[in-house]
Amino acid sequence: MRQYILRRLLIAVPSLLGISLVLFTVLALAPGDPFAELVTNPNVPPEVAQALRTKFGLDDPVHVRYLRWLAAMTQGDWGFSFVSRMNVDTLILQRLPTTLYVIGSAQVLALLIAIPVGVFAATRPYSIFDQIANTLAFIGFSLPTFFTGLLFILVFSIKLDWLPFVYTTDIKATGIHWVIEQVRQAIMPVMVLGLFQAASMTRFVRSAMLDVIRLDYVTTARAKGLGQTRVIVKHAMRNAMIPVVTLVALQMPAVFGGAIVTEQIFRIPGIGSLLISSILSNDTPVVMAVTFVFACLVVLFNLIADVLYGWLDPRISLR
Amino acid sequence: MAPLLEIKGLKTHFATDDGMLQAVDGVDIVLNKGETLCVVGESGCGKTVTAMSILKLIAMPPGRIVEGQIIFEGRDLVPLSSSDLDDIRAKEIGFIFQEPMTSLNPVLSVGEQIAESLRRHEGLSRKDALARTVEMLKLVQIPNAEGRVHDYPHQFSGGMRQRVMIAMALACKPKLVIADEPTTALDVTIQAQILDLLQDMKERFGMAVMLITHAMGVVAETAQRVVVMYAGKVVEEADVDSLFESPRHPYTQGLIRSIPRIDLDSMHKTRLEAIGGTVPMLINPAPGCRFAPRCRHAFGLCSKQEPVLREVAPGHRMACHLGDTRGETR
Repeated sequence: MRQYILRRLLIAVPSLLGISLVLFTVLALAPGDPFAELVTNPNVPPEVAQALRTKFGLDDPVHVRYLRWLAAMTQGDWGFSFVSRMNVDTLILQRLPTTLYVIGSAQVLALLIAIPVGVFAATRPYSIFDQIANTLAFIGFSLPTFFTGLLFILVFSIKLDWLPFVYTTDIKATGIHWVIEQVRQAIMPVMVLGLFQAASMTRFVRSAMLDVIRLDYVTTARAKGLGQTRVIVKHAMRNAMIPVVTLVALQMPAVFGGAIVTEQIFRIPGIGSLLISSILSNDTPVVMAVTFVFACLVVLFNLIADVLYGWLDPRISLR
Repeated sequence: MAPLLEIKGLKTHFATDDGMLQAVDGVDIVLNKGETLCVVGESGCGKTVTAMSILKLIAMPPGRIVEGQIIFEGRDLVPLSSSDLDDIRAKEIGFIFQEPMTSLNPVLSVGEQIAESLRRHEGLSRKDALARTVEMLKLVQIPNAEGRVHDYPHQFSGGMRQRVMIAMALACKPKLVIADEPTTALDVTIQAQILDLLQDMKERFGMAVMLITHAMGVVAETAQRVVVMYAGKVVEEADVDSLFESPRHPYTQGLIRSIPRIDLDSMHKTRLEAIGGTVPMLINPAPGCRFAPRCRHAFGLCSKQEPVLREVAPGHRMACHLGDTRGETR
């Protein structure tokens, strides 16, 4: 197992190199760079601006710049944000925990809803419970998060005034009050993201369960008199979860994409909103670093999915 | 002595888009303690549905036991709920399924799958259940049982998986084992081994066996008594010798004629006969005898009136108008 993980991590290196090359080239083709504004600033003489560009090597060919970026990255130098006036890695490390906290809680919420509801619906197909669950799921994944987000803000913050609608990292309280505030401000973004995810996952869990529940070995389990709960949980669910794991892993990029939108709506200072603000201000080193972090996370979640796969299904040997 | 299992007038129907499918339509079967009973008939005759109805293993809905009683050791199983039946499943009545390739859970070790019913029904600890499981695997002659108990189904061959299935069905020493075409999916040499093993186990544990098959050869080798089913009904019932010596129902006669014979010399060899036509769809079946459209002896009465099971010799019953003097006078 350890060997397998190690080898998968080694395989991830070339794919991450490929991803970084594509990202870098696309960003180089895009108009604007951190010094574009300098030229329009009347207080900076053109020679000075040009001298700065030459000094930082901004006019070198793309491949030279890429190799320079790569060399710096391998030494742990993520670059410098000209807009925030700080190192990119410090900036990302400040923002990443918030994003992981919100996305992680949303994913956990989605699984906590989708698995029980999907499984229960599959054991009673076309029952009233199943129909209600299906209808809600359809509504859930038809409504985009930017719409439900605004709706939640309107209802729970403005009309009812239950929850704060601006996310803040410097909560004035301490101790238990700090924890309560932290949870309170995360409720809406987590609900918006989590319910959206739960909707499509419920449909998937249900159909995966329906496929398994009519198989011969489930009848065998019932013939052993194990009782409905044991048959479903031990014999059917474990098999049904194998395709669900794939789905959850493959959805990770979409989850991060959705998080960018949600972070923008709720003003969450995560890396999603950092990405948008740095794109708007032409802060290329930050854009590059954030997209690269997203790529690493997606690769990581795929690895986790493969390890889970091997654990769930003994027919797959991880070698 | 009261029979171990008595099925009386069982009707199991399935709701389909085209109407009620009468898969089992008034079946009576009696099974005594320690007896081997074969249920034979073509595919689609309702053999499996009859067997699955006993432990309510059919999908409900769409399936439903409409009528009848299933009396096991003096207790009617039909009104019992699925959770009440859980105490009888595997403990009193074991089940061996047709497809060893798909009847075992691919993600659980075979040991776990056998041990879980021991833990459920005998209240054994994990350790004791494992010991009993190894013992069972040895009994069904799986080589290196201690080493293989933690292996997964995909690591076993078809014949070995069917041995695991038998070990699983017999683990709690049930009084009755229902084997639904246990050898159909296996090749011929393995078939014989599995039937021998089943016979062995039956003698060792003194249980009754209800063997469902469509192979007359299997019937001749294993059965004491035979029930012939056609289109959801019992058409003939007799002990194995009198069934093969003097089959009364045209359907049984057809089944026996369709067995290849190697005991006749080349002078007497004839073409192997098949029964023409197929089993009818059991949605709104036509009145009269269900076999009539395929029967070479069919006459006027057959398509009008349904024949009932009647005794034609001691212990030999059949449902056919042929030679029924009462039918003509009525």
